[in-house]
Formats: sequence, C-alpha cells, structure tokens
Amino acid sequence: MLAKRIIPCLDVRDGKVVKGVQFRNHEVIGPIEPLAERYASAGADELVFYDITASSDARVVDKSWVERIARRIDIPFTVAGGISSIAQARELLAMGADKLSINSPALRDPELINTLVDEFGQQCIVIGIDSFYDAQTDRYMVYQFTGDESKSQRTSWQTADWLQQVVERGAGEIVLNCMNQDGVRQGYDIAQLKLLRELCPVPLIASGGAGCIEHFTEVFKAANVDGALAASVFHKNTVVIAELKQQLSAAGLAIRPLEQPLEQPLEEA
Amino acid sequence: MNVVIVDTSCANLASVKFALQRLGIEPVISADAAVIKAAERVILPGVGTAKAAMRNLQQLQLVETLQQLRQPVLGICLGMQLLTESSAEGDVACLGVIPSRTEAMIAKPEVNNAPLPHMGWNTLSLQVDNPLVKGLEAPAYCYFVHSFAVATDAYTVAESSYGGMTFASMIRNGNFFGAQFHPERSGQVGATILKNFLFAELYGATDADTRT
Repeated sequence: MLAKRIIPCLDVRDGKVVKGVQFRNHEVIGPIEPLAERYASAGADELVFYDITASSDARVVDKSWVERIARRIDIPFTVAGGISSIAQARELLAMGADKLSINSPALRDPELINTLVDEFGQQCIVIGIDSFYDAQTDRYMVYQFTGDESKSQRTSWQTADWLQQVVERGAGEIVLNCMNQDGVRQGYDIAQLKLLRELCPVPLIASGGAGCIEHFTEVFKAANVDGALAASVFHKNTVVIAELKQQLSAAGLAIRPLEQPLEQPLEEA
Repeated sequence: MNVVIVDTSCANLASVKFALQRLGIEPVISADAAVIKAAERVILPGVGTAKAAMRNLQQLQLVETLQQLRQPVLGICLGMQLLTESSAEGDVACLGVIPSRTEAMIAKPEVNNAPLPHMGWNTLSLQVDNPLVKGLEAPAYCYFVHSFAVATDAYTVAESSYGGMTFASMIRNGNFFGAQFHPERSGQVGATILKNFLFAELYGATDADTRT
C-alpha cells in the first residue's frame, strides 16, 4: 500500500536553512547538509529545499549544495526556487534533484509548466501554490513572490482555478501552502485541503500549520492528502519523526517504518 | 567491479552514480557500445517518456548492443519499461529482452482517491526466487514515481499494488532485471537491492538460462 509521506521542508537562504513566521522574520536554523542527513536517517520520506529568496531576487538557487545533498542522502528530494528555464531545470536534475518545484515563475508564464513537463516528464515537475484565505471575499487567492514580504503580491487567480490550470498543463504533484496557517502551528487548513483534494487528480501535499502530531493525523484522515510538509516543528524537535510515524501507523494509516542501520556491507562474491 | 551506467541522455544519472558510490563502487557513465559490452554489470536508468528514451537509444545506436548483453543488466524505472516488448506510452516498441508489456496505469473506478502518477513509498512482494530482494524483510518500502507500469506475467518477480491495480514492480528474464521503483532513492531497502545486483549470486540452478 502506498504510504503517506512525511516531508520536512528546509527553507534555504544564502546557503543556510531558515524559518520565518508567515513568511516573515527569518531566523537561521543551521547549515543544509547535516540537517538533510539528519532528517533522512530520522525517517523523513522526502525532503524539500526551497530557496525562498530566489524568485523575488530574480536569481537562481546557488546550486552547489544540490549535488552535495544528492551524494549524501538516499531518499528523494525536491528543489524549488526561481527555476524559470529549461537550462536551469536540466542543471538541477543533472546534479541529482529528483523533482523541481515551480511557483512564481509558473504564474508569470504558465506555458513554462508545459515546456518543463514535455522536456523532463510529469514525474519531476511539482507546482507549489501559495494560497491565502481572504475572509472579506470568502475566497482562496494565489500569491506570488512570497519569499520576500516587500515583493509578495496577490495574483488574480483563485486557488481552485490555478490548481486546475496547472494540472491541465501537466503538473505531476501539487504542494499547497496555506499561508494563513504557515508557521503559526494551529493545524493544517483542513477545509481548504479537502476542497482542493476533490479537484486534484495528481498527488497533493499539504503545507502550512503543523504544530503537533495530531495535526498530521487530522490532515491525512480528514483531507486525504498524499503527504504532509512541515518545517519548524521538525527543526525545533516539537515533533519527532519516529514518534509521529508510530502514531500515524497506530491510527491505521499506511506509513513507511523507520529503517534500522545497515548491517555490515555484503562481501563481494 | 566494472559497472557501467548507460547514458540515455534523459536520465537521472547522478543519483544512480551517487548511490553506487555510497556502496563503494565507482561506476562509468557511458553511451559507448564497447564500454557497455565490457562491463560486469550494466545499469539502464531512465526518466521521461518511453518514446523519447527509445529514440535516444536508436540515435546512440545502442539498441542491438543492449539486446545482446549477457552480463547482469538492471533497468530502473523507465529503464525497466524499456526492457519490455512495448510501451503504451507513445505506443512504441522497446528493447524486447523481457517479453512483458508496459501499460498505462488506470485506477479502478471504485477506488477513491488514487492520484496519478503513482508517487511515493510502496511495498514490494518478496519472493524467495528473486535474488535482488535477498535479505529484505516485509514491509519493504521503495520509492516509486510513474504513470505507466508493466503488467504482471510470468516474468514478474515482485508485485506492488495501487489504486486497485496490481503491477510488476520487479521483472526478470535471465540476465535482465527491472525495478519500477528507484533503488537509488529507496533508503536502505534500495541500497540492499543494488548491493544484491552487484554482489549476490544472481543465477540459481533452475534459471541458468531462461531467456527465450
């Protein structure tokens, strides 16, 4: 049975892992590679690295760390941040990234999704969507350039329409970041995720709001998402992946158990 | 050990190379027929579409070379599908070294919420006659990303299920092995499968030569 995925997200800025509250006040958590390795051995099913400054500064992620991560970890990982051309995508995939997540550049040029899918296949093109609930209009709206508060802006897209648009263009997976919840640890946006799950024929990853183990159980059971992404609860050890997985498993969800360290390497025959 | 990763010019070569390096093997990445023929083990990776990959192999003039290999060959993901007769993805003839068929995955209508691609960690059946899973215990989770899959048949050596479908997650015909998942990204389970491919006894008394 396909397991529900636990996905620590490492926001990267200037080669360091950072975390802000509702995209603001970024504090440095630490260097990238030890954290990546720590999560892989702690039972993470996948990792996402977002260079949160890349899109808004019109520059590409500093790439050298991508290859260093690919060398060291044996679980899949996604790289995000300002990827807006075939050449950039090719370079990141060649360095060992398994998937690329595109956000603001796809909003600027939706045709980019088709181009990347045609060139590299649906399986490695993830679309990240930053969605904000506007209580006044009772609408979920897509935002772009959210890595930098001074440049963050609302688009004209309602989230459901944009999601359907990117799926039609071939997106292989959606990461839905519910901005109202991000960093405040009050739980995932179950209402929104449930709504969009119905419209989403490709894997859907919940992002924003995880504060405790129960929030993960809830998002898998109530919104039926394929994976749950979180950052601060893992960085700050509020949620320990081993314990999280044990409880999700006890709640009846399909979960990949933690691996025991490998025994001695096999002798060459 | 002389291990060659076939450069299909569309593949995730780096992650396969790094996985072998973690096992102490320094692989050669090559599209040169002579280099491939001389290898002790050949790995055929692949991402993208079957049609594009077969076109690349034809342009590289590697089709016959690959078909005639006698040493152990491991096709990974799309690379496994390329070993079959044909793929429904672009309706293309493949290498045909394993007489199986690659079909589009279609979730059973009664199964709620089975998004495609089939992406994430899923379990494999562990058959005693499959030397690549030697030493693994259930549940053996591996990382999958695909929308097409090989139909189960006599060449299936491991099965997986998703969305009401059962498909071949590993296939074998003589010296040709295929894994639908990515062993290079499947944690220690994947590392064990790669180690078995490199170092374990692959030919039992009964399958000395089952190739047709």
